Amino acid sequence: MNGWVNHLPIFPIVIPLVAGAVMLLFAEARRAPRTIIALVATLANLLVALALAYIASDAVPSIWPDGIAVYLLGGWQAPFGIVLVLDRLSALMLVLNAVLALTSLIYALARWRKAGPHFQSLFQFLIMGVNGAFLTGDLFNLFVFVEVLLAASYGLLLHGLGEPRVKAGLHYIAINLAGSFVFLIGVSLIYGVTGTLNMADVAARASLLTQDERILFETGIAILGSAFLLKAGAWPLNFWLPSAYGTAAPPVAAVFSIMTKVGIYALLRLGSLLSGASGASVPAPFNDGWLFGIGIVTLVLGTAGILTASQAQRLVAYCVIASAGTLLAALGFGGTAMKGAALYYLTSSVLATGAFFMLCEMIDRTRQTGEDLPLEMMESVGQEAVDVDFTDEVIGIVIPAAMAFLGMGFLACALLVAGLPPLSGFIAKFLILSATLTDTAPGPVPVTVWVLWAGMLGSSLIAIIALCRMGIHLFWSTDEIMTPRLHLGEAAPVAVLLLLSVALSIETGPAMDYLNLAGNSLSSPQIYIDAVLSGSRPPGPSPVPSIPVEGIRQ
Amino acid sequence: MEAIYALAIGVLTASGVWLVLRPRTFQVIMGLSLLSYAVNLFIFGMGRLMIGGAPIIETAAKADPSLYDDPVPQALVLTAIVIGFAMTALFLVVLLASRGLTGNDHVDGDPEA
Repeated sequence: MNGWVNHLPIFPIVIPLVAGAVMLLFAEARRAPRTIIALVATLANLLVALALAYIASDAVPSIWPDGIAVYLLGGWQAPFGIVLVLDRLSALMLVLNAVLALTSLIYALARWRKAGPHFQSLFQFLIMGVNGAFLTGDLFNLFVFVEVLLAASYGLLLHGLGEPRVKAGLHYIAINLAGSFVFLIGVSLIYGVTGTLNMADVAARASLLTQDERILFETGIAILGSAFLLKAGAWPLNFWLPSAYGTAAPPVAAVFSIMTKVGIYALLRLGSLLSGASGASVPAPFNDGWLFGIGIVTLVLGTAGILTASQAQRLVAYCVIASAGTLLAALGFGGTAMKGAALYYLTSSVLATGAFFMLCEMIDRTRQTGEDLPLEMMESVGQEAVDVDFTDEVIGIVIPAAMAFLGMGFLACALLVAGLPPLSGFIAKFLILSATLTDTAPGPVPVTVWVLWAGMLGSSLIAIIALCRMGIHLFWSTDEIMTPRLHLGEAAPVAVLLLLSVALSIETGPAMDYLNLAGNSLSSPQIYIDAVLSGSRPPGPSPVPSIPVEGIRQ
Repeated sequence: MEAIYALAIGVLTASGVWLVLRPRTFQVIMGLSLLSYAVNLFIFGMGRLMIGGAPIIETAAKADPSLYDDPVPQALVLTAIVIGFAMTALFLVVLLASRGLTGNDHVDGDPEA
């Protein structure tokens, strides 16, 4: 049994990869096998993620000590081979990604997968890329997984085509290609100085660098950090985000809401590692001052965007920016208590924005008469197997009281995003604000506390105003509202995501226990570094005697 | 050799950045290609420049590592080339789709903007 458990960390990458590849073998017209494969794979992915989180949470202390599992790909010891590292933070992100993937997939099955070819395969590859980015312990491998998820996201963003999507896609691809080059420059500079790509090894060697090397190293880290900030949607690198997320097909936009968190995860992971081992201060932009400043500016500008947005999906895209800003500011504030609170906020905001993206499209249907998708979308795909009668095909059960559902859903999403009681959005913001006070020493309150309080409370107030206005505009302003036909398959995912937020707020205690554990392991990175470099038990054949890498680097 | 190499990277990067900031989609894709060449050369240079050095160390004899080239950047460059090439091809498709849908080759789909 133990042997199987040791191989568990590779499954979140292998399952979607195999599923996505196998689906390509079926003709586009044969939907049933593809749907079954996609559902089974996504469900299996969720189960594996839950199992990983359960084992990492100290529930079974005998398997992975300190909740860290090191998986040696190819059986080579840590700095020489590529490793996958699972700890509590990555297990949490895996679960979030799996939940979001399953709900958006079910939502997409009702209508959206028919709007273009190969939706299912691209969707699986996106899951694979995101999972891989959360699991890998190697910088270049991180680049590769980020490219996998970006490549899939390019295809998914263009899913359904139409002029606005192609335009947004063009910008999105151009900026992300440039971002990838920046990423590569950063990675190769770090390799050039430290002679290693393993994140734990980089952190361990950072303290041994001479003054000259240190300058180059910090330059490399700063360049790499800019690439992460671009992915995270931080100001001033986020102007691509509103139009890309605002025009993507809604189930795609829902999974995209975890994509910005990949950047935040990378910042958090590398920042935590660099803070532990390098005797000197953490280089920019991973150090607290930079993250805090960037986070506050992102929060303010994201909030301003929420106020200006006139279209619901664009508004949610700005909510993603505001939540990225809040997270960066909270993480930049520093302190162990803050890390747990910020992770709670991350969980809550990912669930909320995911549900909100899907809800927006259903609300959109109240205003139009069924032909809500431009025709060019279907024509330009040019695939003989793609349905043209896309709009009115009924699959599954139509749910009753559609308007009541939409209204309640919008209210719940607004409460979550703005951070009002009783849902988890409120608890998340409350935890962050209370953590600012527990971590500070007695005496006069530092100015950063004031700035964070003002930013978060002000942003909540403005978000409420904007969301009220949007709600009035969507539900009350016109007489031409028609009750849309909502299928169970579309309503259920949104309901599940919202109920998960309710469950998160009811079970805040146990959730915070886990998240605080995750926060604590981030604050003591030496355990992670030791676990990776000692290599623990390789699952494959025992590694060959290693070449001293110091020799190669002169 | 180092100076020429650095100059080449600098010229490629500068031209690439200038082209990426231009308003036509074809200029942007040329710029991205030049940038990717510059980045690939940069990664290569990070493994120390050497002429005629083998990238494989014989473990049997007690080899002097300074006589050998570093194989890791070569592997990285190979991966980066493949990924960059695929992404450029994809960008080309989107560029053509944009041209077909908007009727012009401006990056914002609007020549007046």
